[in-house]
Amino acid sequence: MRTARALHRLDLRSGSLAPIVAILVVLLILLTARQPDFLSPPSLMAFLGRSAPIVLLAAGQYFVIVSGELDLSVGSLVTAQVVVAARLIDGDPSAGWPVALLLFAFGVAVGLVNGLVTTRLGVPSFITTLGMFLILVGAVYLWSDGAPKGSLSEEFRRIGRSGIENVPVLERVPYALLVLLAVAALALLLTRSDFGRTLTAVGGNPRTAELSGVRVGRAKTLAFVLSALAATLAAILIGGYSGVSFQAGAGLEFGAITAAVLGGVALGGGRGSVVGAMLGALTLETLFTLMNFYGVSGALEPTVQGAIILLAVAAASFRLPSG
Amino acid sequence: MSGALSPPARWTPPGVFVALALTLAIGWLAVTLDGGRLFSQPTTVSLLHVATGLGLVAVGQTLVVLGGSLDLSVAYVVSLSTLVAAETMAGDDGALLPAIALTLAVSAAIGLVNGLLVTVARINPFIATVGVGLLLKGYLDNGYDGPAGKTAPALVKGLGYQRVGPVPVSFLLLLGVTAAAWFVLARTRFGHHLIAVGGDPEVARLSGVRGHRVLVTAHVLCALCAGLAGIYLAGRLGAGAPRVGTEGLYDLESIAAVVLGGTALAGGRGGVIGTVGGVLLLASIDAVFNQLEVDVFFKQVIRGVVIIAAVAVHARRTLRKAT
Repeated sequence: MRTARALHRLDLRSGSLAPIVAILVVLLILLTARQPDFLSPPSLMAFLGRSAPIVLLAAGQYFVIVSGELDLSVGSLVTAQVVVAARLIDGDPSAGWPVALLLFAFGVAVGLVNGLVTTRLGVPSFITTLGMFLILVGAVYLWSDGAPKGSLSEEFRRIGRSGIENVPVLERVPYALLVLLAVAALALLLTRSDFGRTLTAVGGNPRTAELSGVRVGRAKTLAFVLSALAATLAAILIGGYSGVSFQAGAGLEFGAITAAVLGGVALGGGRGSVVGAMLGALTLETLFTLMNFYGVSGALEPTVQGAIILLAVAAASFRLPSG
Repeated sequence: MSGALSPPARWTPPGVFVALALTLAIGWLAVTLDGGRLFSQPTTVSLLHVATGLGLVAVGQTLVVLGGSLDLSVAYVVSLSTLVAAETMAGDDGALLPAIALTLAVSAAIGLVNGLLVTVARINPFIATVGVGLLLKGYLDNGYDGPAGKTAPALVKGLGYQRVGPVPVSFLLLLGVTAAAWFVLARTRFGHHLIAVGGDPEVARLSGVRGHRVLVTAHVLCALCAGLAGIYLAGRLGAGAPRVGTEGLYDLESIAAVVLGGTALAGGRGGVIGTVGGVLLLASIDAVFNQLEVDVFFKQVIRGVVIIAAVAVHARRTLRKAT
């Protein structure tokens, strides 16, 4: 019976992409109606490059959510990484690679702590990652006495702001898009691997997973590490694209979680796909671009965003039969 | 507690009070060694004021968490309430009661929307209340750049600054609200039903509990508590403040206080007395650090660590009891 239910879940998984694709298409139609050349290859390339960080974060968040947990620390991790990178690089072109390596190490450490505290100490991930949020924000302010110091080198910023020039038709392919494609491919491979299936099983029914010999704690911890790694990559892209500020990652955790849910990933775990999460993020970015083109005041953006999210999620939940 | 009517669920006095006593003892020692006084009148008064704002929100939050839901819109409800109260009063004592009534009505309406989104529209509480929060954030960002309105002098004098000895009147209000919430949970049918719904919605439904109605009521009560916190803060500040809720991190901190107080995030277990303990613990840590003149950012780091550690200790106790 459990197998039957698991199979049923798998069926739902492929089907649940339909609502998000439908919403995305509608938004894209509205967007092209206002700005006909939005879908021209060069403008599309720029849009995808700009969207890369939030799509990366949504992919990372997918792994945590599908395992039945939440990661509220990713936004603060992005901020911390950007501020740390600026202070360590301080305009020195040769510091780029060593600092990038250090950022990834720091990301892994944060993910490990999130995962181990959640799984070994039994603290709900909501509280673990909320605590990590407070710690990271406090620490980064403390370390820089209340104002970001140093600056990123042009070399470090290149990956976030430049691309391959003079490509036929596309004109410019942003490096950020290449990073995104690579990560998307990796994420897809991961979800198809034993690890990916295990993670879904863990989120769907932890007790059954545990009884069938799955190391639940290890799987969840790995998911937190993946989320933190995605945040590190996103931080490198954001730092390059928009520069250094204490607001660099503000609110990104809610954006990533919303994107995942919009893409059909069930909070509580066990259901949804990483492609859905990434499409959800793309839909959010399309929505922001749309509001921009329609001249919605920047301050009103959250209101429209909130309304659309509520409508979309409510619509999706009405489509699926209960149970 | 051991009357003829049995408490709604097995409930042991939360360890948070032990933690509170330890914090105060160690804090007193540290402050004394530092040459200060922890229990001086100004320190105590300020501690109780900090506890009042967070406490009002957290008591309401306890109700929704017990019911298996969550409210992340409270910070915006607090901000909005300070504005509705102060703008309606416009510095006139004659408008005091209508202003309070209007503020509470607005809060209740937001709670009603939250409750209906969670129950009827079947949107996950996390997404539903973040969505409603975004709606309110847009309204606040769009309409206000800074403080607005003027609180009636009577409210500033009464709820804002009036004291009985070292105890602010507003803290007595918190105690009253806590007592009312305790009574509702322990002694009324609504309370028993709420805890039943949070424990196991299916079992509650089969035993004839109208889960939707109970959960909507809990959301309305939670928003009313946030509205009260807004009225109190308007009294403290003398005006409406569009960012006071988010800057106070009332959404996340109230949930932290609830969990510190021994209420299970999954619902069905816990109570408001523990929550007040959690609030006092957070406020005490704050007071000790203020006395020791600890850097404000370092304070935040420690707060994150303390929240995680306290919940971890609690989780271990629960695990040991279960085995």
